Amino acid sequence: MSSQAPQTPQDKTTATPSGHARRGFLAGAGAIAAAGLALLAPVWSGLRVVFDPLRRAASDPALVPVARLAAIPADGVPRKFRVTADRVDAWNTQQDMPVGAVYLRRTEDSLQAFNVICPHAGCFVNLAPDRSRFVCPCHKSSFDLEGAVDDPASPSPRDMDTLDVEIRDGDQVWVRFQNFLPGRADKTPVA
Amino acid sequence: MKSLLGWLDHRTGYRDLLRKALVESIPGGAKWRYVWGSALTFAIAVQFVTGVILWAAYSPNAQGAWESVYYIENVMAGGWMLRGIHHYMAHATMILLVLHLMQVVVAGAYKAPREVNFWFGIALLHVVLGLSLTGYLLPWDQKGYWATKVATSIASITPVVGPAMQKVLVGGADYGHLTLTRFFALHAGILPGALIALIAGHVYLFRRHGVTAVQPRETGHATQPEGAEEDGQDGPAAHPPRPRDGWFWPDQALRDAVACLAVMAAVLYLVIRTGGAPLGGPADAAEPYAAARPEWYFMFLFQWLKYFPAGTEVIGAIVIPGLVVTLIALMPFAGRWRLGHRFNLGLTGGVLSGVALLTWLAYAQDRADPDFVFAQTNAEAEAERAVELAGAGGGIPASGALALLRSDPLTQGPRLFAERCASCHTYDGHDGMGRPLTEPQTAAELKRFASREWLEGLLDPERVATPEYFGSTDFARGRMVRMVQSRVAGFTHEQQEDLAKVIKAVSAQAALPYQAEADEADQAEILEGTALISSASVGCTECHEFQDVVEQPLGPTLTGFGSEEWLTAFIRDASHPRFYGDRNDRMPAFGPEEILTEEEIRLLVAWLREDWYRSGDEEGRPQ
Repeated sequence: MSSQAPQTPQDKTTATPSGHARRGFLAGAGAIAAAGLALLAPVWSGLRVVFDPLRRAASDPALVPVARLAAIPADGVPRKFRVTADRVDAWNTQQDMPVGAVYLRRTEDSLQAFNVICPHAGCFVNLAPDRSRFVCPCHKSSFDLEGAVDDPASPSPRDMDTLDVEIRDGDQVWVRFQNFLPGRADKTPVA
Repeated sequence: MKSLLGWLDHRTGYRDLLRKALVESIPGGAKWRYVWGSALTFAIAVQFVTGVILWAAYSPNAQGAWESVYYIENVMAGGWMLRGIHHYMAHATMILLVLHLMQVVVAGAYKAPREVNFWFGIALLHVVLGLSLTGYLLPWDQKGYWATKVATSIASITPVVGPAMQKVLVGGADYGHLTLTRFFALHAGILPGALIALIAGHVYLFRRHGVTAVQPRETGHATQPEGAEEDGQDGPAAHPPRPRDGWFWPDQALRDAVACLAVMAAVLYLVIRTGGAPLGGPADAAEPYAAARPEWYFMFLFQWLKYFPAGTEVIGAIVIPGLVVTLIALMPFAGRWRLGHRFNLGLTGGVLSGVALLTWLAYAQDRADPDFVFAQTNAEAEAERAVELAGAGGGIPASGALALLRSDPLTQGPRLFAERCASCHTYDGHDGMGRPLTEPQTAAELKRFASREWLEGLLDPERVATPEYFGSTDFARGRMVRMVQSRVAGFTHEQQEDLAKVIKAVSAQAALPYQAEADEADQAEILEGTALISSASVGCTECHEFQDVVEQPLGPTLTGFGSEEWLTAFIRDASHPRFYGDRNDRMPAFGPEEILTEEEIRLLVAWLREDWYRSGDEEGRPQ
């Protein structure tokens, strides 16, 4: 770069150091740019893999058969049923896997389905031993048999999550099984 | 040898490095109270070594994680001890870390110029908590699975980024393979990497500043090591220790080593006393786990969350803990003033006693909660059963241990009974799971149904009318009860002897596995009894069909009574003409109405007949 040898003291004190600084700056910037470029592909592809789950939507919740109507006495006491469904878990497709459970509650004129998962922090809600209400064994959220929060001190931000329920062929109970984000007042499906 | 080491030193300078590492002067001499840092480093080193070896046998996937941990724990030589050490050393690490931080605060060692090192310590605490949280899930047992669900749920309530954060962490919408691979990468890669970096920085800064020798209360002036520091960093060897000072090697090293030994001894004591780290039953998304609790050092947070009613979880789970950690991180600045230091001491004491109180409350409430105690007892039984089944038949099928539990009568029978039968029937006086019935029993007690003892009670005039047999059904006032109460009560001695033989003969029809020996031994009596069933003396076949002999079929057939085939058909449809026909009272047609699946009926029948795999059975696991 400096093809002319410096001749005077001024040259030494002014031109050369500033030229040196500029060259140093360029070299430094170049080093950073080159290293950045070299890292671009691994960092980019790495981040894409880390965040890949965000691109996968949960499969649309389909109705799945859960029980026969006859298995749910019409006494207003919820009964627990496991939900099994075909499920894709990353690289595996699995038939008839347990994916969760529901409470089905039947009265003379209604049929309700609740996801067993507590809307507070995701534990498995129990039916109280006297079958008068739902109680979560973790942080003591409690709900009445219709799934509504029944205690102002209950930490659950919303009622138990109801699920779409349908009766097909006269007595086959189908439920649209899905999970919802816990810890919020609104019922947002896990997507 | 000496020349070889000399050559090595020339190429690497290891002697200088060693000297720098070991020849550190310790102002005021070696002290027992300086051992905490070394003991902590030792504990973490043990975690690295045991962790990497566990890694070599662990498989992070939803159908292999529990199974591989089972294999480490129950099959591999020394596995239980290795896993136990890793488990309890994690507890020790947590305790040592908190003690170390407490000591730093009490000694005022967070003050200038050691602020950065204090922050390193706080960061270390978080990394260790993260290691514990991620490690808890890896065995993929019910406890880890459900407890971690709470943790990731809490992550999801973080404002704005929560749901996305949870999804990235969990690897999708649901727990599965990717949850394990991600947690494992965190547990064995990212967090240990961060740990090494933080420890390296921490030790570097510690060496730069030296130990905090003098209690801050006594000092208005600079502490000794700070003075030494002003002299530069050219190695302590250049400064011979003052008369009261000591060297790290060997004075302090001896004390440190003894402390490490004590930590290891305590851990080993726990490992041996408890038989190693616990392993629950395999994770099951469809099976409740009411005993889901985090590791003990998270219990205060668990308890804390109970006090935040709807809508305030974010404050309890994120805002307040965040504020507390921020306050702790700001301690070095507050500590510049005497009052500030007192405040810091108060804060530390307050936080620690709050944590202790919440932890105590959490355990006290659980102990006093019969539902929790019940859930825990069940969980332990299930864990034991899972191990028993996994050990049968030479290995776990590729579908995983959960499939074994799902097809195990001993596991599923009580659940099915409690859910589907215990609204009317009892089993040994309870609902199958060990809880009392919510309503009075209205139908028969079924523990050891069709066994000799069961039949003896049925044919006992004193007992036949109790709820144990016909409950409150029509049959409680029916012909069988009247027959036993009138006719059997008046039996002559010979008739009673005949009846005893008939009981043995009818019970032998069931071919009950637990009665096989007695049936074998009493073959002659059973043969006689079989002939007597249709005799006029006892008169069973007046109402019950037996081997095609019957006068007027009113009650269930005695051919094959209580056998697998009989019981299956009976549960399917008690209204079948073989059994009660249209005289059936209330017993649903579980088969035709599909209230129970064929598999569920099979499980119930096998459970009632106590026909399940027992370790030591030669034929192995029934499929």
